[in-house]
Amino acid sequence: FLSPQVVWDMLGNRQFCSYKITTKTQNFCRNEYNLTGLCNRSSCPLANSQYATVREEKGRCYLYMKTIERAPFPRRLWERVLLSKNYEKALEEIDENLIYWPRFIRHKCKQRFTKITQYLIRIRKLTLKRQRKIVPLRRKIERREKRREEKALIAAQLDNAIEKELLERLKQDTYGDIYNFPIHAFDKALQQQEADSESESDAEKEEEDEEADKREFVEADDSDLSDFEDMDKLETSSEEEQEEEEEVEKKASHSKSKGKTPLKGPARRKRPYIEIEYEEETEPGTKTKAA
Amino acid sequence: EKIAAKKKRRKEREALGDKAPPKAVPKTIENQRVYDETTVDPNDEEVAFDEATDEFAPYFNRQTVPKILITTSDRPRGRTVRFCEQLSTVIPNSHVYYRRGLALKRIIPQCIARDFTDLIVINEDRKIPNGLVLSHLPDGPTAHFRMSSVRLRKEIKRKGKEPTEHVPEVILNNFTTRLGHSVGRMFASLFPHDPQFIGRQVATFHNQRDYIFFRFHRYIFKSEKKVGIQELGPRFTLKLRSLQKGTFDSKFGEYEWIHKRREMDMNRRKFHL
Repeated sequence: FLSPQVVWDMLGNRQFCSYKITTKTQNFCRNEYNLTGLCNRSSCPLANSQYATVREEKGRCYLYMKTIERAPFPRRLWERVLLSKNYEKALEEIDENLIYWPRFIRHKCKQRFTKITQYLIRIRKLTLKRQRKIVPLRRKIERREKRREEKALIAAQLDNAIEKELLERLKQDTYGDIYNFPIHAFDKALQQQEADSESESDAEKEEEDEEADKREFVEADDSDLSDFEDMDKLETSSEEEQEEEEEVEKKASHSKSKGKTPLKGPARRKRPYIEIEYEEETEPGTKTKAA
Repeated sequence: EKIAAKKKRRKEREALGDKAPPKAVPKTIENQRVYDETTVDPNDEEVAFDEATDEFAPYFNRQTVPKILITTSDRPRGRTVRFCEQLSTVIPNSHVYYRRGLALKRIIPQCIARDFTDLIVINEDRKIPNGLVLSHLPDGPTAHFRMSSVRLRKEIKRKGKEPTEHVPEVILNNFTTRLGHSVGRMFASLFPHDPQFIGRQVATFHNQRDYIFFRFHRYIFKSEKKVGIQELGPRFTLKLRSLQKGTFDSKFGEYEWIHKRREMDMNRRKFHL
């Protein structure tokens, strides 16, 4: 015949209780009928022959009670009472069911019931708000996608594509007159270059005059023979767009040249107004040629 | 043996000299791509008519100026926040607002009331942005992308400065099919119509095998045939997951296109964008 005192002596401190969890500061009780969750002499459902708990199932709260009379009948041990949905009424029901019971159990039951109703309210509120849907990642698919992306990146050759597109747009004159690459002049100059150097410069000057009067640099030109070598390099750019060499937008080119091209002293001095963007090696040469 | 065969072929070619047959074109996935019936022909009238009357018509007719709202999912982490800021510098006339647990369904009418034309939501997972929802606001299509390999500005190897306030140009590459066309128009409608060439900035959306790569560069023309580009600004890749007809609505929306993994990933040569 097992008195609760003996049970507690055994399970509580000395021997093994499978519901007991020990941590550094406290002992917990995993028993589902436990009222407080801690492992105490007064909260152990095994070690007290008169015990009560409040538990909830599917949103409804029940009061479970255990008395000494039913101790030999484990099946009928716990008596269940449904509590009303109304908070105050349920508290009264607890009181009238646990009348003449120890204060501790009554108090703890009501506390537990309060906590449970609070979290039930919270659940109901949260389900109304937006729910975050958790979608599992599939490792094989993730890996496959990553691999395909890498291959696509390599196949894309983005830099080349962008450069090509930009050059296309330049060709089709979408930029207007911001940039001017007077290839026309170069071509003609190149042809004349083969004939005679001096007559070449004259011809160029004539062309210049024909094309644009606004060119301020015409007078400041020098045609250096040394620059003819540079002209050859530009031969490749023969078929390029035909720029109307009317306006030189100083501002645009100014800003650009400041950004990227390093200033070439003598060339700049000669022609402060024209900003023609060339490859840097040929810059002074082409400039003088164009003039 | 492959090397031996190659050598032999090369010797034959050299031996033949001028009479050698032209080099064989290597097979690439792009070459072998399964022909998609919805590929848009530039002269297609139906498509042209469609595009004149769909939801982007006001933009392309210059009736509306794009105004973008960028936001994230709940509780964005540092990386996502920084990415949002950088994105807002790339896209002119865009504003970043924190989500703070607001329901999208409720902020959409507010956005429309305040004249926003587009909404971008960047979804986050484990501290990195991994999804993008782009929704054209006055009742426009909503596209949901999966975002990957996001690089912030400081992670890109370059020595350039910040992007300026100039309106960048837009390059849309390789959007061939009908679906790709609509997605491309969606991207185009994010940016104002008239790029400021002074700024010399270009935003590129390049579609390759259904992956859309976004890059932001500054270009400079060194000569007629040479252009230099310098990457500034964030970069990311997108993969389209679904396209919805109306604004964002996950339950009742009418889906124009969903990525069905089973069917669509089976064939390696078939792409949809």
